[in-house]
Amino acid sequence: MSQQALPPSWQHVGRHDVFPSSGHDDTARFDFLANLNGYLATRLSPKVRVAYDKRVKPAFEAAQGRAPETRHEVRKAMVGDPIYQTWSALRRSSMEMRQQAGRGLVLRQLAPLVEKARELNEGSPNLQLDPSVKVPRHVSAVDIHCMPGGYHTELVKDDISAGANYDAGIFATTGGMLGRFNDGGGQALAQWLKQEHPDFKPRRILDLGCTVGHNVVPLAQAFPDAEVIAVDVSAPMLRYGHARARSMGVDNLLFRQADAESLDYPDGHFDLISTAMFWHESSARSMPRTLQEVHRLLADGGLSANLEQPQYHGMDPYEAFVRDWDAYNNNEPFWSVMHEYDLRAMMAAAGFDDSRYFETTVAGVVDRSIFPEASNDGEDYGRAALWTMFGAWK
Amino acid sequence: MSELPDIDDIDPIALAGTRAKGKRPYFFKDPDVERVLSIAMVIAMEHAVTRQRLDALERLIESKGVATRAELDAFQPDAAAEAERTTWMQEYVARVLRIVQQETEALESGAKEPPMADLIAQMRDE
Repeated sequence: MSQQALPPSWQHVGRHDVFPSSGHDDTARFDFLANLNGYLATRLSPKVRVAYDKRVKPAFEAAQGRAPETRHEVRKAMVGDPIYQTWSALRRSSMEMRQQAGRGLVLRQLAPLVEKARELNEGSPNLQLDPSVKVPRHVSAVDIHCMPGGYHTELVKDDISAGANYDAGIFATTGGMLGRFNDGGGQALAQWLKQEHPDFKPRRILDLGCTVGHNVVPLAQAFPDAEVIAVDVSAPMLRYGHARARSMGVDNLLFRQADAESLDYPDGHFDLISTAMFWHESSARSMPRTLQEVHRLLADGGLSANLEQPQYHGMDPYEAFVRDWDAYNNNEPFWSVMHEYDLRAMMAAAGFDDSRYFETTVAGVVDRSIFPEASNDGEDYGRAALWTMFGAWK
Repeated sequence: MSELPDIDDIDPIALAGTRAKGKRPYFFKDPDVERVLSIAMVIAMEHAVTRQRLDALERLIESKGVATRAELDAFQPDAAAEAERTTWMQEYVARVLRIVQQETEALESGAKEPPMADLIAQMRDE
């Protein structure tokens, strides 16, 4: 059995001026959860596969005269298996515990956190909230990844708790795989651009569904002369994200409350439009509309670059079933549908030239002195920092 | 839009354990098993937290040479310390029994939540 790298303690999480202050027990709680998640992903998850190979699949074959052909057949066959049940119940519990730990940390100090964010946000031209923006149903139908209240719910005036909880907990959920500031995705995109397209110098950058801005801050830092705009529908995320970016000394980044399906910028306004883990939280109507908007907003020679989990095409039905777990059990209702799509065809339908479509794999870029190498052995089917990047040049 | 509560009027302990909107999946044949497992896992976590705290304390005490095990056994908190310890116990109990809180919240809200498969089908068309 391969030796897994130890996940870094939560004490190494990146702190900025609006990050909640924490005591010993908060750290210990997140450390327990990171190690529990690691156990479930690297120790127990392979045993679920064993249960499939040794008893679930043979029973299916005996009854049907063939092997399961789709992830849905695998899922229905696995439902009654005790190892699958235990692994699933523990995963769900772990996610709920993570939410309670993060919310407990944030809500007990909400007044000073709201005040700090207010000080950083007040009068800034780089935060533009618009209360008329409607939270779309694909964001509000369920609380995505079991985060109570989702991205958008405000508990008090000028609330930032959803953002602070989100920011505090990802480090534990991912076992530090996204780096100290959970920005390994944005850093991966910035690094890819510098290595693969060193002459590409975007003057205007747009990030869609930015949440706390963790993946757009590295772009703003990589292109300090660019004007960068990050949009989201959620006010608590934007208030927190702006205060976070400001306290990190990033001043070329505007946070705007807006629906990515329809933005009031002129045609061809942006040179780069990025997303990170955005499309799987969208919907079947919203995704093509938003892609059309991306195409409209890009200048000729501009780039649409999107980080996502891998698509299911050509994937072993068992692996697709495991990756689908979050759709059914972690409140990600569009995850399952989105990962079926032919993304090349979708981009083409949105107006992109088929020959300018690209797809590649990128790994999170993190500080190796503190964080373990992302490894295939530790693949957590949805949480590890190995992504598909797809997109197109206009 | 309804008025949001004043920041001093929210209950951080209850809100920390709020349930997430969306029908909760239960994996075992008997949901009682899942309830007990969920509670047991939190106890496991809180036990680990305490163990870490004790470890830190013992290392500090040892390195500074300030206290003995006998003194630890004889410790009696004063009134202020007792109040702090009681507040901690309240938060502890709420954490351990979170799943019960969430099930009663679901019951109280009375909202019928569709199965995730139905939502997935709806999202496909929206």
